[in-house]
Amino acid sequence: MIEVRHRAGLLLVAVVLAQIILISAQVNTQRGVSLLEAVAFGVFSEVQRTIAGGVAAVRGAWTGYVALRGVVRENEALRRRLAQAEVELQQQRALADRSRGLARLLELREQAELTTVAAAIVGAGATPDFQTVTIDKGTADGVKRDMAVIAPAGVVGRVVTTGARAAKVQLLIDRNAAAGAIVERSRAQGVVVGAGDDRLHMEQYVSESADIAVGDVVMSSGIDGIYPKGFLIGRVESVQKSGTAYKRILVKPAVDFRSLEEVLVVIAPAGAREAAGSVE
Amino acid sequence: MKAVWIALAILLALALQSVTGRFLVRGPAAVDLVLVLVVYVGLTTGMVSGLTVGALAGLAQDALSTGIVGVGGLAKTVVGFLAGAVGTQFIVTQPFPRFVVFFGATAVHAALFMGLYALLDMRQVGNPATAVAGQALGNAVIGVVAFQVIEMLPGAVERRRARRARIRR
Repeated sequence: MIEVRHRAGLLLVAVVLAQIILISAQVNTQRGVSLLEAVAFGVFSEVQRTIAGGVAAVRGAWTGYVALRGVVRENEALRRRLAQAEVELQQQRALADRSRGLARLLELREQAELTTVAAAIVGAGATPDFQTVTIDKGTADGVKRDMAVIAPAGVVGRVVTTGARAAKVQLLIDRNAAAGAIVERSRAQGVVVGAGDDRLHMEQYVSESADIAVGDVVMSSGIDGIYPKGFLIGRVESVQKSGTAYKRILVKPAVDFRSLEEVLVVIAPAGAREAAGSVE
Repeated sequence: MKAVWIALAILLALALQSVTGRFLVRGPAAVDLVLVLVVYVGLTTGMVSGLTVGALAGLAQDALSTGIVGVGGLAKTVVGFLAGAVGTQFIVTQPFPRFVVFFGATAVHAALFMGLYALLDMRQVGNPATAVAGQALGNAVIGVVAFQVIEMLPGAVERRRARRARIRR
């Protein structure tokens, strides 16, 4: 018994040491995506795709049977039209915001039309500690790392890992996610970061003189070079101040991440993104 | 053969996690099915199996996440080892002690996982007490139910066979 415990203890030390070395190696040389991550994701995304296909087939058959085929089809067509209209509204909002910036600078710049690829979510993250989803479009469809992902309701996140036929998207609510943000009413700028649950924080890099109030609309500012400017991020839910400084600004995301099924990956040329970001 | 079953169980837990994660609670309060599996293996098969499964499952989860590969692996290695130690030292056959083990294992895992990230200064941890408590509760309930189902299954099959045999006679 003592022998077994001794052996287990030694094995524990060896495994823990090996993993500490592994962690140290990544912390020192963290550049891009590791080969291990890329291979693991490539393999697992196929599993997710298959399972999601099966689940979707079962769900599709069930809803088609219960709610009658015609109604489901009509409902889906209407939802698609509504989603399309909301995307157009978002684009108009982005264009309007951009036009205001242009007018202020009395400078004419080329308007950046968004080129997007529609993708379906086929899986959530393999661990609850990170807020990620897997989409069914990859490098074969033109999806690349650091491309913005949006939905009709607003900003969703960015692509962090790509496979040939799938990609992993880090949601804006992940603790490691951040985006340049601007308050629509007062033009106060800051950075929204994920809180790890279903809220965003905006207190970082917000000037003490900035005017931010509950209910304010928060949009992407474009300064991060990832998210296109003028897209809806959310609304300010609460503001806490300590003296003149902002202690806590909670933002409720515009996107309902739990019910998200389809998203758009922004395949915009880098030049257009940079131009969008430099207008402010 | 046992290794194949364990590998399949890890894969199934990962797949279930990614499917259920879309429909159930998201975020740090969500259940971690892989952790439930690690604790189950630790409790039923001992320290060596617990830490081995913990290391493999944790590394697989890390490789599929956006975080540092090894952090989750290390946390689950220690949890698998501790669950194995508890399983060999104490009689953990009733639902309540099992509930306590799953709950405690989740708390230890969260402390190690978040502690390591805080140590590396790579994530904002904030105050995770409520989220961890929520996850621990969910993991404990699922763990206890899984134990009951797995233990009841062979008996139920046997009873069904016996009943059929009686009817034929």
